[in-house]
Formats: sequence, C-alpha cells, structure tokens
Amino acid sequence: MKRWLKPAAVAVLLLPIGKMGWDAATGGLGANPVEAVQNRLGFWTIVLLALSLVPTPAGELLGLAWPQRLRRVLGVTAFAYALLHFLFYVGVDKFFDWPTISRDLTRRPFLMVGFAALLCLAPLAVTSTDGWLRRLGYRRWKLLHRLVYLAAALAVVHFAWRVKADMRRPLLFAGIFAALLALRIPGWVRAARRGRRNA
Amino acid sequence: MPRFKPDLRESEATPEGIYLRRREFLRLGAAGAIGAATSAFPIPALAGPDDPAGEVLPVARKADMAGGEKPTPWKSVTTYNNFYEFGTDKADPAQRAGGLRTRPWTLAVDGEVKRPLTLGIEEILKLSPLEERVYRFRCVEAWSMVVPWVGFPLAGLVKRAEPTSRARFVVFQTLLDPAQMPGQRSRILEWPYTEALRIDEAVNPLTLLAVGLYGRVLPAQNGAPLRVITPWKYGFKGAKSIVRMRFVEEQPRTTWAVMAPTEYGFYGNVNPAVDHPRWSQGKERRLGEFLRRDTLPFNGYGAEVAGLYAGLDPRKLY
Repeated sequence: MKRWLKPAAVAVLLLPIGKMGWDAATGGLGANPVEAVQNRLGFWTIVLLALSLVPTPAGELLGLAWPQRLRRVLGVTAFAYALLHFLFYVGVDKFFDWPTISRDLTRRPFLMVGFAALLCLAPLAVTSTDGWLRRLGYRRWKLLHRLVYLAAALAVVHFAWRVKADMRRPLLFAGIFAALLALRIPGWVRAARRGRRNA
Repeated sequence: MPRFKPDLRESEATPEGIYLRRREFLRLGAAGAIGAATSAFPIPALAGPDDPAGEVLPVARKADMAGGEKPTPWKSVTTYNNFYEFGTDKADPAQRAGGLRTRPWTLAVDGEVKRPLTLGIEEILKLSPLEERVYRFRCVEAWSMVVPWVGFPLAGLVKRAEPTSRARFVVFQTLLDPAQMPGQRSRILEWPYTEALRIDEAVNPLTLLAVGLYGRVLPAQNGAPLRVITPWKYGFKGAKSIVRMRFVEEQPRTTWAVMAPTEYGFYGNVNPAVDHPRWSQGKERRLGEFLRRDTLPFNGYGAEVAGLYAGLDPRKLY
C-alpha cells in the first residue's frame, strides 16, 4: 500500500480550486468572474464524475488495483465540487435571492436537472464510509450507488441546456459516460454468470 | 402618416432624478471639461496594455445616454464577447478575430429600395459626422455593460437608399467567410448570421450604425468594421461585421429565432417581465459589479422607443 496515493490524489483534485483562487487574485477570471467560477465548478464536477467511473472498469479489464483505491476520493470530490457549484449559485451568483432561486428550482428544467443531480450524489457521499457500507450491506450499498449513473445523465442534460448552441462539449461528456458504461458490461456479464453458477 | 407632435418629446424632458441632482451635474461637467482638455494631449507613456487601442476616429459630438454611468473598461468590452463566428467562448473572439480583414470592405444595400447602393467602408465613414453615444448594453444572457460607441444614426443610410412603400423590414447580414471566421466551419448556427429590424425601429434616432468604440476604430471582436446597435434590445439583435442590408416586405427569419424559437423572439426587446425559459430576465449583472441589478423595460430607453410598440402584446416584446 502506497500511503501517499490518497493524499496526493486529494491535493491534485483540489488544484482547480487553487487555480481559481490564483486567477481571482490576478484578474485571470476575465470580465465576468462570477460566471467564470460558476462554469469552472460545473466543469470540474462533470470531469470528476467521469473519473470516478474509471476505477471499476480499469480493475476489471486491465487488472489495475491502484485506481480502485481512489474511487471513493474521486466520488466524494465530485460531490464536493457539485455542492460548491450549487452553493456558489445560491450565495454568489444569485446572492440569496430566494424568490428567483425558488422559481429557478421549480420551474426551469435546466436548473431542476442540475439540482436533481446534486440530490442523487448527496446520499452517495454520505454513505461513502466503511461504516455505512457495513450497515447497508454490500448488495444494497451497491444498488444505491448505481444512482451515480442517473446523476451523470442529469449532469450531461444540465450542461447541454446550459449552452445556447454549441453542443460539442456536452456531447463529448455524453460520449465519455456512454463509453464508461459500456466498459462495465463485461464485468456485469461475468458477475451474472458467476451468480448463476453459485445459485 | 400625420400624427400629433408636441414640441417637446418625452425623451427631451430632463428626468426628475437628474433635475434634482443638477448642481452635481454642473460640477461633473466642469470636471469633464478639464478632463477633455487634458485628454487632448495624450501622453503615450501612460497608455497601458488595458487602455483603448487602435486608430483614433474623428468624433464630432458626444452624448451620454447611460445616465452618467461610468463606461465598462475597454479591456472587458473587448475580451468578453459573443461572436460565434470566432468561437463560442467569451474569450474566443478577442483571440481569434485577428484574421478578419476589415479594409477593403463593402456594404450592399438592396431589396425594396429605389436606389440600391454599394458602399465602401471609407465612404460609409464619411456619410455622416461621427458621434459618440454611451449606451447601456444588455445581453440576453443577463449580463450587461455600458459602452461608448462611435457611429451615426442608421436612419441617414436608410433614407439615402430610399426604401419603397413595400419595404417593412430591413435585414442585416454578417460576412460569410469561414477562412476569416473560423467559427463558421462548424454548423453551430445557420450562417451567415442574419438579424432584422422593422423599418420604424431602424430609423429610430437611437439606432446606431457603430464603427468605433472608445473613440477608436471598432475592434474585430466587437463587430468591425460596422455593426448595428439598438440599445433597447438584447445584444443578439445587433448584427456585426455587416456586408448587406436588404429591405423586405415580410418579417424575415433571423438566426436565433430560427435556432430556438421558444427562447428568442423577433423583437428581442429587453423585457424583465418575460423570462428566458432557462433563466430569469428580471435582473442582470453589470460587468464589474457583484450584485445583480434590476433590468429595466426597454433597457431604460422606454421614453424613446415604447411608442413603437403601442398596441402590441407586451408579452411578445422579447
């Protein structure tokens, strides 16, 4: 066990926040810093969501063990970015303008799907600990954590509705998630066969 | 059609707020005169990389039509642009518009006109004395700025072309040249970008054919060499880098209205009461400010333009 792996991962995953701080101090956020930070937090949320789906197929298909040890860190950080993205929207972009925020979250599909994605990720972050895994039992824990696929789909829809015309980046992420899902199919097939043999 | 005309238009009357602050304005005027006297002898060493750059235009007169608000800095106005012909990120146009050749440039004026015109940019610059107008600029994306445009009222050019009685709309067309405009290599929008105004909107005294910014020649990323500015409408209504003005009888198809008819109407008038389906239009963030401010109907130019829309459903004015 390499003890530095997880702390190093956390440090790397926080780099985008550091970069935002640096850019904020040096004028690197451009003419609309609030929008820039909001967009960057959303971008890193979706990147981390995709990265959190890599360790499982990497282990199954390539036999790599070390990415598996980063799965929890990646997932929890993805949630942290999603939460920051939401809190930034509430507290900075809209500056606690509750009437507008409540209208946004109840009437505008673009914002509703983004919020739904956050709600999907919250229980996954809470139950990410060893204690919760034991309490739920692996089978139920795993079932619950499949919510991440729904969160990813909602995040892509949220991104697609965010852009006005240029769908290239949302489509790129849709493709990445589709590929990561496809890479899990061999594992599922094997597990199903194993299940039948054991029955 | 003949109409009752009072000798003083509503827009010419001093707003009460300004009347009440008249002494402050006189003081500001004195400060402005000193400032103008100093700026007549600019010291090049003091011009930093964020200061206005480019060829200086001869400006005959200046009008502040943004309530005395300080213009958004040159750097923000020239690095935060929606000009999809050069990419969809706000920073793309400033980085990728360098290849746009704005000299020579010709504008064709045709369609339902008695005198079709083909004008070179040098001729266009001499059509009318250039004016500086400081206008509020409100984007449909709920951000805004205050911009000192240089240009002249579009009405002059419209009259010169002598539209026929059938002409009801004027269509503006942006240059189509993927070699110079790399964004046009992807079919993000239907190229060339097309926008339009009703004739009475086009000849409204507020409607500007802009050729400059901050007293300088218009930078490529802001729509060089000439673009339309209608300060009471969302920014997308102002076509950039125009090569053709066509007068037509029927309401034309315009780029964003075709792209997403439920999100962008033909009028594109700034209207806080009609939200974009994806976000509220009630407030806007002025670049450089932290808190959002309330969006004004017609972007605060109701006195000048509300009359154009008498009898139209206000819900349609977006």
